[in-house]
Amino acid sequence: MNIKVNGEPVEAEPGASAAAVLGALGIDRRAVVVELNGQIIRGPDIDQSGIAPGDRLEIVHFVGGG
Amino acid sequence: MDHLVVAGREFESRLIVGTGKYTDEATMLAAIQASGAEMVTVAVQRVDIARPARDSILRTIRPEEFMILPNTAGCYTSDDAVRTARLARASGLSDWVKLEVIGDRETLLPDTGQLLEATRTLVAEGFTVLPYTNDDLITALRLEEAGAAAVMPLASPIGSGLGLLNPVNIRILKDRLDVPVIVDAGVGTASDACLTMEQGVDGILMNTALAEASDPVRMARAMGLAVRAGRDAYLAGRMPRRERAVPSSPESGLPGKAFGAGTVVAAGADR
Repeated sequence: MNIKVNGEPVEAEPGASAAAVLGALGIDRRAVVVELNGQIIRGPDIDQSGIAPGDRLEIVHFVGGG
Repeated sequence: MDHLVVAGREFESRLIVGTGKYTDEATMLAAIQASGAEMVTVAVQRVDIARPARDSILRTIRPEEFMILPNTAGCYTSDDAVRTARLARASGLSDWVKLEVIGDRETLLPDTGQLLEATRTLVAEGFTVLPYTNDDLITALRLEEAGAAAVMPLASPIGSGLGLLNPVNIRILKDRLDVPVIVDAGVGTASDACLTMEQGVDGILMNTALAEASDPVRMARAMGLAVRAGRDAYLAGRMPRRERAVPSSPESGLPGKAFGAGTVVAAGADR
């Protein structure tokens, strides 16, 4: 199924959790914050959230800035 | 002790530094340590999913060692800034935010209407909000009324290094606000920092002045000293400015000169 991760099209397993998508992309979930369709999801919700076709994941982290 | 206090939290250093634009993380860490800053800003960015392994900046700037102050840099609307602040808070590190809502790409000057709106929203959500603003008193007063924990007027535009362009406005802000005034942006070198602190403000936030110095670590040390020097000079109270000279040394009784007119003393004579 096709989803959007940080605006980019990504192919994910149907029914995958957000955690599974992060894992497949090689992203350390402890270092990021995740939004699913505009809503922040945390902790267990990252494991339990079922991703549906067309869903939008936004994955952010802290970088250098002033 | 003379500490910076923001929202009930005390900082020994009145200098806050950013983490952007350094050539490498080792230099950044060394510079930040040399500056003596305890509060350090970071930005929120999308993970580049093509290169996800890039280390988080928090491996270098450790939250156990520094108070992390996330910013909303690059946001042009209240909605974007609020979203970014919520994401930053969801990291679990801090509910403080350096709130930036930019109104113009060329000058990076703040959109004060959007800034005020975002401040109100985030204060209502329990954030400790430190808004970056211009040096306009009315905006600063409205931000304070909206619940900002500090107000952060610019010295000059972000990354410009032009120094403190309007010390009068900054003094007016400091005089009228109860919350701390932390000058954010524009300081280019140590004399700028010193002069800014001499206006009586509570602190300075800077990034580019350190990161773009030829020797960031040395400049960071200089800035730390300059902030302390400027603060001390402010507290000490400067002498008045005069347009005529006033001698520092005695003018009478110099070798070959009398102690003032008419005081002629003859040796051995009765007085």
